[in-house]
Amino acid sequence: MIPERMVNGAVLAGLLVVPLWAMVANEPFTITLATRAVIFALAAVGLNIALGLGGLVSLGHAVFFGLGGYAMGILAHHAQTYTPLMEWPFLIEGTKSMPVIWLVAMVTSALAALVIGLLSLRTTGVYFIMITLAFGQMFYYFAISWAKYGGEDGLSIYVRNGFPGLNTLVPIQFYGLCFGILCLVLVLNAALARSPFGLALNASRQMPTRVETVGLDPMRLKLVAFVISGTITGLAGALFADLNRFVSPTMFSWQMSGEIMIFVILGGVARLFGPVVGAVVFVALEHFLGGLSDYWHIYLGLLLLLIVLFARGGIVGLLSGRERTHD
Amino acid sequence: MSTILIIEQVLNGLQFGVMLFLMAAGLTLIFGVMGLINLAHGSLYMIGAFAAAAVAGLTGSFLLALIAAMAAAAMAGVLIETVVIRRLYATDHLDQVLATFALILIFSEGTRWVFGSFPLFLDIPDALSGPVSLPGGIEYPFYRLVLIGVGLVVAIGLGLLINRTRIGIQIRAGENDREMIAALGVDISRLYTLVFALGAALAGLAGALVGAIQSVQVGMGEPVLILAFVVIVIGGIGSIKGAFIGALLVGLTDTLGGIFLPELFKLFTDAATATSAGSALASMAIYILMGAILIWRPTGLFGARA
Repeated sequence: MIPERMVNGAVLAGLLVVPLWAMVANEPFTITLATRAVIFALAAVGLNIALGLGGLVSLGHAVFFGLGGYAMGILAHHAQTYTPLMEWPFLIEGTKSMPVIWLVAMVTSALAALVIGLLSLRTTGVYFIMITLAFGQMFYYFAISWAKYGGEDGLSIYVRNGFPGLNTLVPIQFYGLCFGILCLVLVLNAALARSPFGLALNASRQMPTRVETVGLDPMRLKLVAFVISGTITGLAGALFADLNRFVSPTMFSWQMSGEIMIFVILGGVARLFGPVVGAVVFVALEHFLGGLSDYWHIYLGLLLLLIVLFARGGIVGLLSGRERTHD
Repeated sequence: MSTILIIEQVLNGLQFGVMLFLMAAGLTLIFGVMGLINLAHGSLYMIGAFAAAAVAGLTGSFLLALIAAMAAAAMAGVLIETVVIRRLYATDHLDQVLATFALILIFSEGTRWVFGSFPLFLDIPDALSGPVSLPGGIEYPFYRLVLIGVGLVVAIGLGLLINRTRIGIQIRAGENDREMIAALGVDISRLYTLVFALGAALAGLAGALVGAIQSVQVGMGEPVLILAFVVIVIGGIGSIKGAFIGALLVGLTDTLGGIFLPELFKLFTDAATATSAGSALASMAIYILMGAILIWRPTGLFGARA
């Protein structure tokens, strides 16, 4: 068994070295793949806060991923067509500035998570899974029929948005930006898990009644976790849209929610680096198996089955053994 | 907006509803008895449709095609139950979602591998095709009426099976207390396989029946799967009665919403805005219905109180 700390270190080192090597070897496609993996990892880290810490099995995180994507798409679309977003009651223009777009993406996702969480947290277990799925489908169909912003075809953005001091059109610079955000969020996540809030959240997953008896409100803890989780996934959505320079309703689809969940489970639920490992492995598999066979989904499916049946705790669990928990 | 149109749409909604019921019945039984979320149920629907299209292409017999659909789906169901699903009963919902998602990938790509990416077509047999005149001068496709009839017959049959037979007693007992019925000498793992095969056969039947009015293609199962989940969640998981009422509610809401919401919006705004806003709301309507029902009753209409 390899200590979890070493696994995490190796993953971080890999995410640093491989893109730098690709830059030197002039292989921009590898950098794009790494960027994709890092952004998916960010989305999954977001889900892991709800899923791992809070025990909230949300099959609707594509809502936040898509909202982030559309925040970017809509703002950049208005900027590139020189049309105002709205004129009444006050003028709002589009923007090509990443920090502004991220802020809008995060605030929108947080508000959506607040409303969805308030309604969904009344249910538990499989009903919670299904009601979050239903919210995902609502947003999906809404995006499809919203003709103003491309409907089913989505929106194309011609030039990647800018970040002060960086040239985001250079693949390695955009990668660095995404990687930096991922590291920052991982640090926050680690701090959150150890904070009094994180401990209380953990406790309310394991034994809500006892949490209630000491005077805390498990519902409120879960709601806060859900909002934080949605906000992070929303940010990932904005970055993902910027990577592709394209948004479409697919970002809201339930398959997207499923994929984000797969990243978390593949890597290891409730492990700090679980979602990162899951996303990296998934993107690598997608690339290599996709090159070997047109029917690579079969092999992906078989692999996922083997992991569920024989490697509870995901890849990180397989490498570093069972985490010491008090479940 | 004439009365004839309204009656036609109500019939369409009923037809859609009873087909959803065939899917939802299996799903709700499997969840109720084994506590398993089976995302691969849509794949069984697809397998039924493909088996039917293949057999109908070979023999030209629609009846044989339906039998083949049920047999193929039931066999696939027994296979995945004994090889994979059986190991998941004791695990939490998260593992079940992931494992059955993996099964979807395997089944979809496997089917694409065998049959190719192009849709197949399954023809409505001559005896069932063409319109039929209903009282009031309504011309309605005979095949769709047959679908409504088949759905109702299956619903009644399933109700009798669950409420009146020995197997039904065992299934209901299994929902309540699996240790106890195992202690009473019922072979629980055989019962589980049987329930799974039954649910799979119903999904296969639905796939074949609907395959004749739509095209038979890879990925056809997933949209229906999601709707079937909506149905069982609305009805309350584990309840056949809930699944039936939920299926009709969803079928009618979806069909009638698509027709009437744009018309309703035309009363307030201009035609173009009304059409787009109305159809947007219509495609969201069933999910709004589900959300509202869950917020009102967190375990569905006929679900056990938590």
